[in-house]
Amino acid sequence: MKLAYWMYAGPAHIGTLRVASSFKNVHAIMHAPLGDDYFNVMRSMLERERDFTAATASIVDRHVLARGSQERVVDNILRKDKEEHPDLIILTPTCTSSILQEDLQNFVNRASIISDSDVIFADVDHYQVNEIQAADRTLEQVVRYYLDRCHRQEKWDQFLTNVPSVNIIGIFTLGFHNQHDCRELRRLLRDLDIEINQIIPEGGSVEDLQNLPKAWFNLIPYREVGLMTAVYLNKEYGMPYISIAPMGAVDMAEWIRQIQKNVNTLTLSSSNKRVDYEPYIDGQTRFVSQAAWFSRSIDCQNLTGKETVVFGDTTHAASITKILVREMGIRVSCAGTYCKHDAEWFKEQIQGFCDEILITDDHAEVGDMIAHTEPSAIFGTQMERHIGKRLDIPCGVISAPVHIQNFPLGYRPFLGYEGTNQIADLIYNSFALGMEDHLLEIFGGHDTKEIISKSISTDIGLIWNPESRLELSKIPRFAREKVERNTEKFARQKGIETITVEVMYAAKEALNT
Amino acid sequence: MSVKIDETLIVECETGNYHTFCPISCVSWLYQKIEDSFFLVVGTKTCGYFLQNALGVMIFAEPRYAMAELEEGDISAQLNDYEGLKKLCIRIRKDRDPSVIIWIGTCTTEIIKMDLEGMAPKLEWEIGIPILVARANGLDYAFTQGEDTVLAAMAHRCPEPEFSVRERKETIQHFLTFHSRKKEELVEYANHPSLVLFGSLPSNVASQLNLELKRQSIKVSGWLPAQKYTDLPSLGDGVYVCGVHPFLSRTATTLIRREKCQLIAAPFPIGPDGTRAWIEKICPVFGVEPQGLEEREERIWESLKDYLDLVDGKSVFFMGDNLLEVSLARFLIRCGMIVHEIGIPYMDKRYQTAELSLLQDTCIKMCVPIPRIVEKPDNSNQIRRIRE
Repeated sequence: MKLAYWMYAGPAHIGTLRVASSFKNVHAIMHAPLGDDYFNVMRSMLERERDFTAATASIVDRHVLARGSQERVVDNILRKDKEEHPDLIILTPTCTSSILQEDLQNFVNRASIISDSDVIFADVDHYQVNEIQAADRTLEQVVRYYLDRCHRQEKWDQFLTNVPSVNIIGIFTLGFHNQHDCRELRRLLRDLDIEINQIIPEGGSVEDLQNLPKAWFNLIPYREVGLMTAVYLNKEYGMPYISIAPMGAVDMAEWIRQIQKNVNTLTLSSSNKRVDYEPYIDGQTRFVSQAAWFSRSIDCQNLTGKETVVFGDTTHAASITKILVREMGIRVSCAGTYCKHDAEWFKEQIQGFCDEILITDDHAEVGDMIAHTEPSAIFGTQMERHIGKRLDIPCGVISAPVHIQNFPLGYRPFLGYEGTNQIADLIYNSFALGMEDHLLEIFGGHDTKEIISKSISTDIGLIWNPESRLELSKIPRFAREKVERNTEKFARQKGIETITVEVMYAAKEALNT
Repeated sequence: MSVKIDETLIVECETGNYHTFCPISCVSWLYQKIEDSFFLVVGTKTCGYFLQNALGVMIFAEPRYAMAELEEGDISAQLNDYEGLKKLCIRIRKDRDPSVIIWIGTCTTEIIKMDLEGMAPKLEWEIGIPILVARANGLDYAFTQGEDTVLAAMAHRCPEPEFSVRERKETIQHFLTFHSRKKEELVEYANHPSLVLFGSLPSNVASQLNLELKRQSIKVSGWLPAQKYTDLPSLGDGVYVCGVHPFLSRTATTLIRREKCQLIAAPFPIGPDGTRAWIEKICPVFGVEPQGLEEREERIWESLKDYLDLVDGKSVFFMGDNLLEVSLARFLIRCGMIVHEIGIPYMDKRYQTAELSLLQDTCIKMCVPIPRIVEKPDNSNQIRRIRE
């Protein structure tokens, strides 16, 4: 038992649900009590979806507790099959139902005999694994299911595509800027004359999964989710994969070079022309991306040597650390991640780029570290942004977990060359804001406005009695002045000299007429 | 054109495959209402992640809430849960020093049969802070019923009234004769037994309701919950209670049976029509003639005219998640809308009697058929019905 009120990664079933709802025509059923299906509303709210999320619950209530689910789960699966005709139904328990230890695999087996859709039981241990690991595992499980079946039925087409093509594995719903990153990757691959075979799971169809091995190699933009699938495809089908995150100019170049290597290796064997992307890399880095030029400019020189702290998921925390140090000349006092299961890779990546490394999922430790380090800026999750607010340190958000403001409607990739521009903007703006505030403080920027508004209200000579004063103080600060002015205006109109609580409410009612 | 009005109220029951929020969501508004409280939710990551999202930005303001997160060792009963909770509560006392710690039981604690009610009194005695236990779990309850379980638990902690009703009447007479200054204050109110209102409302809304009753010379002795735990109202024989929320049936039952209070069954103060009916039900109990309510209600309807024009004749379908549906439907019907169906997780027919009959009256008045009420709805069936 531990005291917690914030977690960086959600519970396992959220990961499974994210994968399920990213695929087209896949329906997820949660074996859970009422209220555990909040994922539905979370997703439609954050992704601004217009349709219902394809996830429902097979409710666990007192009856289930006493007698077991019996027919209920199977019935619910069959019902969804008839109503929605999905290609696949994924059954997942939640923390609560996994304690019940019902044989959900058995229900799945029984249902799949009758149903037209395929039915899979998402096999994840809820007490060992978090959201991210569960997503990785579920994706692999789904891919494996379809490829194994295809292989068994000896249906699959063994030939690679004629032109170079790739699969992008790991773009999914509620991912941090995933949709924008995906668009950017498409653009990049088009520039490199590489076709996209499939993108999974977002928008992908499970019926097409059997064609995954037709691509020449796999791209895993975020190593937290997708790596397990890539490893499986590598082992079983010999598909190479690139798991560098194409974030930042230096890593972009490396990523493109690795693509070049893979293309040329496979090209040789089918005697097509070799490719050389060096001119492309050069052109993009120096002219299309503004970031490289900008980081050498005078504005950015202000930031050289400034200290920062970076924290987030392994992909983003590692990449941002490297960008700050290598590309912008900014110091990183401490870099960390909450993905404890991937700590070794993280440490290896940023060795030498920062002074300290912190691996923890306890936000209090992160807060202490930031307070102790006193950096000029923080780059982290929304939790670090709030820590920054408390300590008066500016913060840019670079990783999940996030709020709705981090699902922007506008185009804001983190990957690719456009991504380098966005990141440079983010970094520069985070610092600049801090400096602006400082200047305003020195020159007393906001003072004059206050004096003007105060003089308007004190001219009147109205008296607020103690109760109404108390009532006014209960109103949140951002609305208080308005209420005060409105009430006084009302009192003046009615010729009232002393403002009581009744007068306040009467003024409020009058406002609505 | 006459419309045949269906006189009987039909309540159906479906499968219960609907969406609502977990009852632990009540923590998000109750911790703000009760200023010296601390809520400890004993559950798993799923519960914690839900509250994290529900509280949104508020979670960063260090709310007086925390999760006692059960790990594998706790679930398999390897670790001593009493010691675990004790350690956490001592830390809470040190960091926050609340006047009360409220343990919220979840589905998980139900399944592993954690004896929260057994451990609480012992721990309370050890650490010196009152500990309440409310079982707000999704197996038994939905959404707002979480508040119901917390208030029902809190009702047991309300002090006894200091005097019995008869004694209090004599004391008041005494005051009237000897303390003329006090007399002014007492004359504002009629001479009546204690009235306690129950239901969690933001303090300015509660003040407004107090004011409305004060206009009718009725004094509200207290609220359950009070703004501070230390200000809980006195409850007992001879105290009248009235609810402001439709989902507080358990609290009402606890107040009647255990605390021996008298419940005033009224429609709920939602909408100008509901508020008027609520006041009209309370007044006669204390022998007071309600004054000026009709004009007041009319005035409010006048001020809403723009909105009423917008909604007139349009229709509404309640899928049901928060138990306020009957009152909301009644209000919208009164506004001129048509309600096709009222889905609701659970409806206590006795506690909502007055509201249901007001619904019937409103339907007759507005010449619309009474909508069907469906308890424990099935969302897929509802969507089908909406399409038809």
